[in-house]
Parts: sequence; structure tokens; C-alpha cells
Amino acid sequence: MELIIITVVLYMLSTAGYLAYLFFQKNYLHEAGCCLLAVGFCCHSAIIAYGFAKAGTFPVHNLHETLSLAGWALSGAFLAFQYQFNLRILGIYAAPLATVIMIVSSRLPKEPVLAKTVFNNFWLIFHVIVIFMGEAAFALACGVGFLYLIQESSIKSKNHGFFFRRLPSLELLDSTGYACIISGFALLTLGLISGFLYAKLIWGKLWTWDPKEVWSGITWMLYAALIHGRLALGWRGRKAAIVSVIGFTVLLFTFFGVNFLLKGHHGEFTKW
Amino acid sequence: MQDIVLLGLNHKTAPVEVRECLAFSKDEAGAVLETIQHHPAIREAILFSTCNRVEILLTAENRDYAAEAAKTCFSELKNIPASQFENNLYIYNGDDAVRHIFRVAASLDSMVVGEPQILGQIKEAYRIATLKKTSGVVLNRLLHKTFSVAKRIRTETGIGGHAVSISYAAIELGRKIFGTLEEKKVLLIGAGEMAELAVEHLIRNRAGDIFVANRTFERGIALARKFKGNPIRFEEIPDYMLLADIIISSTGSQGFVIRRDQVKAGMRGRKNRPLFFIDIAVPRDIDPGINRIPNAYLYDIDDLKSVIDENIEDRQREAVKGERIVDEAVISFRQWYESLDAVPTIVALRKKMDAIAKAEIRKTMNSLPHFSDEDSQALCRMTDALINKILHDPTLFLKNNGFHGNKTLYLDMTRKLFKLDES
Repeated sequence: MELIIITVVLYMLSTAGYLAYLFFQKNYLHEAGCCLLAVGFCCHSAIIAYGFAKAGTFPVHNLHETLSLAGWALSGAFLAFQYQFNLRILGIYAAPLATVIMIVSSRLPKEPVLAKTVFNNFWLIFHVIVIFMGEAAFALACGVGFLYLIQESSIKSKNHGFFFRRLPSLELLDSTGYACIISGFALLTLGLISGFLYAKLIWGKLWTWDPKEVWSGITWMLYAALIHGRLALGWRGRKAAIVSVIGFTVLLFTFFGVNFLLKGHHGEFTKW
Repeated sequence: MQDIVLLGLNHKTAPVEVRECLAFSKDEAGAVLETIQHHPAIREAILFSTCNRVEILLTAENRDYAAEAAKTCFSELKNIPASQFENNLYIYNGDDAVRHIFRVAASLDSMVVGEPQILGQIKEAYRIATLKKTSGVVLNRLLHKTFSVAKRIRTETGIGGHAVSISYAAIELGRKIFGTLEEKKVLLIGAGEMAELAVEHLIRNRAGDIFVANRTFERGIALARKFKGNPIRFEEIPDYMLLADIIISSTGSQGFVIRRDQVKAGMRGRKNRPLFFIDIAVPRDIDPGINRIPNAYLYDIDDLKSVIDENIEDRQREAVKGERIVDEAVISFRQWYESLDAVPTIVALRKKMDAIAKAEIRKTMNSLPHFSDEDSQALCRMTDALINKILHDPTLFLKNNGFHGNKTLYLDMTRKLFKLDES
């Protein structure tokens, strides 16, 4: 319990560090933000590990746990991309987002709503972790897309304001966004396949026209179209950035909208 | 006590006709220093001569004589009457001279605030002075302080940040689009000083192939040879638009050289890789509608000018921070300089000795508990007398002129020998 509070506080401090970095452009601020986030991520991992040990499977039995796992995947993915691309300014998107997710998560009731039909199985664990990591990568792609749109409009409009100097080059934003999409897509694909395999094992059917499955398919196709467009037709820059933002909204609907508005066999993971 | 004197003229006080008459080459600067070294009023000297300023920094016993000597030296060596430049001269003493040299080195006094060359020029001037041995204790310290102040201002303020020339502004924009300019292919259409300067900057940033298109092919060949690029015919421009990443145009053409529909068709062929147009021509060469095409970016001369204006304003704001750093440095230099007098040095020396004696007495007393108060007072008197005797000759030496004229050298030596500045 206390670990959650510590994690939230660390994420908040990291957010403050990144916001200060945005304004003052001092390297040590970014380093502080990054370190705080990394420490927060470690605490967060401990929470997840504890939940895993207690439940014997991934702690995704209610909205509280599911959101917490999403926040964990997001900060993990951000740290990984930050290490790879050094796109520091993305912290002003990732750190507050992780903070908000964790705050919402910590306000929700914590009693697990046990699912009847969930069996502990390698495919299930694989499915959960891969899907969450993929979604975190798409969330980052959306953030990078926003940054691209801001920077592009300041270059096009020739009005070099606050962000022009603080944001990196269009090329870096574009290639990072693409890397996020590619890794997210690979993970999502793996996640869907493992989901099908699990469904086959449990229900004997690969595909049941469950709304979650349908919307996941739609999301997958949208990102597939984006990647195809980029490789075959050279959809890059502004167009790619807009599609990443749209893709993430569809993904959010698949994640929450389907569970709250439609009915399906994923519903119990987000009960509260 | 010596005075620090700075005498000179710059782009604000003197027109170019006067500045060019007084500009000294490296050899001439050496000659000036040699001449002025022998003047009885002058101890140390450094001469700065750039296209925007000629200044001489001196330390002297009598500042008026020194200034007069410098003026005479200038007019004799350059063979022009002093009356021709006398009205353009400024003379600063003490703190003002120190502040001026700090401001000059930090490029706060430059025509383009924040330009980086001046510091190198001052370092070179200092090098000449050390070779000619005209820089001594005071100017050595002052110049080292100057370099550190200039460096600090450059790193702590944004005074040197962001381009203030058209060609640099274009390069900076290119970096915001492409990240790195390495291996980016450049197409130069037409010719002109600014366009060629931009191409040179691009080459220095390791741009890739350079293509040169000119209405007269021969001219294009000559220009291409200059940049080690490839000349192309004017009619080939649309084909090379598929290849190039940066297109710089500067022709005398009345109509547009590149039209929107050409670029629109070309973007598909280049798979939407970004394309950056720089239009330096008046009237414009490139259809302004091109800026609306995705992944194509167009800046014309007015756009670049407004970027520069913003950057200049920025530098001026940053310069205020620089002035604060200069003020701090002037104060700290003054503290050192004032300490370089006989009285403060003697006082500091005495204080140090007293402190050592006190500490040692305390140590000794701890191991001698049977000493009475009287005994210990006698011991104190003894050490006091010892200090007085030891310091008697050095004090006399520093107070009177046993220096053969070079007082600062001995004072500085004393301070270093006894580490008086660090305690």
C-alpha cells in the first residue's frame, strides 16, 4: 500500500523535473526526472511482483490493478525508448501520463473481482504482458506524434515560439514515432496470437466475435495500414503523426470503451 | 600603486576610414609593444587589433603619461598625425578598463553581440604580448580572468545561441528539419554571395553531393568546381528535385523557377522525404504555395530575416545576464588588485605568522600543565618578538623601494610564497 504512494510521489517528482526541464533546459533537470522515473518504475515493479506472488498470476483482476499494470508498462517503455533514442523532451508527456494513471488507479477499490473462467496458463501471462507493452509503445507513439505536429506547425508557420527551440528535429521525432509504432505493432501481433491460442485452449475456438476481439482486430488493421503506407507510399511526417494519434484513440476505446460500453469476456479485468 | 589604462577606438566611436588607418598586423603589433615597452611610464602592455577595434591595455605609474605615450606610438608607427584619430579615442582607467576588456572578450561590445571570433583574437594578442614579454603580473592575471569570464558568459547565457546571419539561420532551420545535415544533398540554383555562403556552411556541416544549376552553363561549371559539386542544366532541375534535400535558390529570374505542381508531383517520387527550400532571391524564385505541401518547407528571405531579428532580440536579453557576470568579475579582480599593495600584503603576512604561532603555543601548553600564567605569557612574548624579528627585513623591503621598479612582481611573489591569497 505504502509502495503505491511512494511510486505516485516519485512519478509526480519526475513530472516536476521534466516540466522544469521544459522551461529551463538544464541537463541536470532532465537527468533528475529520468532517475526519479526509473526509481518509481522499480517501486512499481515491486508492487506488480507482490501482486503476482499473491495471486499466482498477473494482477489484472480489477480496474485498479489493470491500470497500474498499464502505468507500469508505460514508464518501462518510456525508459527503454529514452535509453535508445535519447528523446528527452518526451518525458513531459510520459511522466505526467504515468502519474495520472497511477493516481486514478490508487483511488479505485482494490478488492479483486475474481474471474470464473481464468486459468493460469503460460499463454495468458504472455498475452497480458505483451499486450500491455505494445499498448505502452503506442501511447508513446501518440505522444511523439503530438510533439511532431507541434514542431511541424511551428516550422511551417514560421512562428518560432516556445516549443521550436525545445523540441528536437522533425527527423528524430518521425523516426522515433515510427520505431514506437513498429515495436508496438510487433507486440500487439504477438499478443493477439497468444490470445487466440489461449482462447483455443480454453474455449476451443480461435475467434468468437467478442467485441474486444473485433476492436482489437480493427486497431491492428489500422496500425498495419499505417506501416504499409509508410513502407509502400512514403506516408511520413504529418500524416503518420496524425494516424498515430488516431490509432491511440481507437486503442483507448478498445481498452476501456469496449469494456464499459459493450459486453465481452474481457469485462472482468476492468470491474470496479 | 600602478594604474590599469585602456586606450582605443572601436566601431562605435570611429568610422572605418580611421579604423583601417590604425589597424595593426601581427608584426606591427609586435613592433608597437617593443617600442612602448621602453617608455619609462609604462610597465606592461597588450595590443588588440581587429577590423572593428584597435585597443591598447597598459599598466603604468602615471596614466596620463602612459596614454600620451601610446598615442604618440600609434601616430609614429602608422605615420598619421594624432589629431586624425584623437577625437575617436576612449580612455578607461582602473575598474572601467577592466570592465571594458571583460565586455570586449565576452563579445558584449561587438557589432554583432555574441560573435565568437573576438575571444580568439584576444588570445592571439595576448600570445604576442607574452612572446614580447610585455605582459607582467597584473596583465597576466587580468587576461586569464578575462578568458574565464568570457567562457563563463558563453556557457551560462544564451549570448552566442541562435543564428544572426541569413546563411546561419538557414542552416539552423535545416537542423530542425533533418536533425543532421550530414550526407544531405544540396541543389544550388543561380549564384550570389548569401547563397554561396549558405552552401559553404552546409559543406562544413558535411553535406552530401552538391548540384549547381545556372542559366549559363559555363557559370554553373565554374561554381560547381568551387564547391567540388556537379553542374547540371537549368532544364534538369525537376529531375534533381527528386534527389536533393535542400534547395537554395538565388537567381535574377522574374517568374518562379520552381512551381508548386512540380514539387507536388516530385514528392511522391521521393517517397515524401522532407525537402527544404531556401529562397534568397528578390523577386522570389520559388512558389510560396510550396510551403503548404506536406513535408516541403519553404523559407524566403523575409522569413529568414524575421528569424534573425528574433534571435538578435534574444541575444540582447541574454547580454543583460552577461553584464551581471562582468560586474561580479570586476569586483573580484579589484579585490585581488588592491591586495597587491605593500600594506595589505604585510598585514596578511603578519596575520598568517600570528595564527601559526598561536596554534603552536596552544599545542605546547597542552603538554605543559605545570606552567603558570606568567610562564605562558613569557612564551607568548617570545614568539611575538620572534615574528617581529623575522618579518623586519621583508617588511622594510616591501615598504621601501628595494624592488628596482617592479613592485607588483615582488608583492605577487610574496603572496604566492606564503600562500596569502588562499587562506
